[in-house]
Amino acid sequence: MAARTLIQIPPLSRKGDVIEVRTMIAHPMETGYRPGADGKVLPRNLIRRFSCTYDDGASRELVFQAELFPAMAANPYLTFPLLVTGPGTLVLTWEGDNGFAQTETLLLRVA
Amino acid sequence: MAPDLRRSGFDFMGPSTQAMQRDDMQNPAMLWVQDGAALWQSKSGRSALACADCHGDASTSMRGVAARYPAFDAPSAGPLTLGQRINQCVSQRQQAPVLAAESRELLGLESHVALQSRGLPLAPAQDRRLDRFLQQGAALFAQRMGQLDLSCAQCHDQRAGQRLGGSVIPQGHATGYPIYRLEWQGMGSLQRRLRNCMTGVRAEPFAFGAPEWVALELYLARRAGGMVVETPAVRP
Amino acid sequence: MTSAMPSGASPDAGPVPGLSRRTLLAAGVGAGALLVQTRSVQAAALPPELEAAIAAFTGGAPVREGRVTLDVAQLVDNGNAVPVTVSVDSPMTAADHVVALALFNERNPQRDVFTARLGPRSGRARVSSRIRLATTQKLVAVARMRDGSCWSRTVDVIVTLAACIEGET
Repeated sequence: MAARTLIQIPPLSRKGDVIEVRTMIAHPMETGYRPGADGKVLPRNLIRRFSCTYDDGASRELVFQAELFPAMAANPYLTFPLLVTGPGTLVLTWEGDNGFAQTETLLLRVA
Repeated sequence: MAPDLRRSGFDFMGPSTQAMQRDDMQNPAMLWVQDGAALWQSKSGRSALACADCHGDASTSMRGVAARYPAFDAPSAGPLTLGQRINQCVSQRQQAPVLAAESRELLGLESHVALQSRGLPLAPAQDRRLDRFLQQGAALFAQRMGQLDLSCAQCHDQRAGQRLGGSVIPQGHATGYPIYRLEWQGMGSLQRRLRNCMTGVRAEPFAFGAPEWVALELYLARRAGGMVVETPAVRP
Repeated sequence: MTSAMPSGASPDAGPVPGLSRRTLLAAGVGAGALLVQTRSVQAAALPPELEAAIAAFTGGAPVREGRVTLDVAQLVDNGNAVPVTVSVDSPMTAADHVVALALFNERNPQRDVFTARLGPRSGRARVSSRIRLATTQKLVAVARMRDGSCWSRTVDVIVTLAACIEGET
């Protein structure tokens, strides 16, 4: 089942705007250092990488990428900037331990 | 008129934690609300009913509802918390298995419903039939417990604003439940928080679903009557 | 309880050169907004493991204090989720931009927090997140620029444990 996500971009922007893409995804981000109730260390279960690709219909370009480590809080919140060059789609991908992979796509509406 | 000296736990938090609660995009609890909104629409149980089938759009039908809870339930002749009422519907109307305490489903539905009261004043039911449960709750609040031999009142009435360890003691008004608690790195009910308090004073917490919790919740709702509903709140 | 500038405020222009914390306090300057600058500590005070992690990121290039702003509360409510914003004073043009940003900690089990790749398509250099801090410690934000230069900001953060350590039921 897909993890719940919250994603926010301005509903409409203009070419040349620098917008903030705000993201959050439900994930425990288990560090691999934390003992459980029985005293045994819980296995690491982290989202390791986040990327954002901009697709204008003709080509795709990686516009942001982050590598995440155990020091990231649970239900990771990440915001990053984007220079608007035109309308298109933003493809957000989270990848991590245990084959975790999730992609969310949203429309970038440009006036 | 005497000034209202009651303060929400929100006021005792640092600015960045307050910002987490104020901004729905920053509030991790909204992930659970999303779950709740989806569950509201999904058919379940032998009746194959969704909450929406009887209650329609939650933003209208559930507006103000959570603010009145705990409410008196005639069939059981006692108070019910919002979570208990939801489970009553799940088992009796949807004819589905009850949702486990602190489960994603129950917290999701509870926070989705209670969100519809956000910004409204807490208006707990004034039903006289609740009186003896209220007295029980008040007595529990004032009762010393545990190896540390502390009552809720000693910290949260008498010493609110002072410090315990590095933390400021809040007044303990349950205005934002279910909450996303940073200490839990997740969502939880008022009962979960109260269990933590009892463990904190080294008392054996009451059993899950025990009537003591409901009585306490009822007392806390009265104690915070008129304060603004913040659900889903963020707390340290 | 004071806090650094909220995210969304315009990027910090950098510390006022030549002014120490003592001078500012003596001048009776309000504590709020200027704490971002005065809290930064000398990079030379970092433990070897932290220096090594930073060097791995910079490829051994020399790192200077400046151009980077690290917004984080001075005293956090809970170490499990500490909001931070790292921003860099940069035009983010093709010729002059931040190539990568990284955040490091001093006392968690592991030094890295996150690393972010930016570029001219970013438009501005600012990343916000929430991190875990195991205890009171230093945080170091480092930026690698297109011209190979590296810049950093180091900040002290105080983390207290919850008053009642409870079981997880």
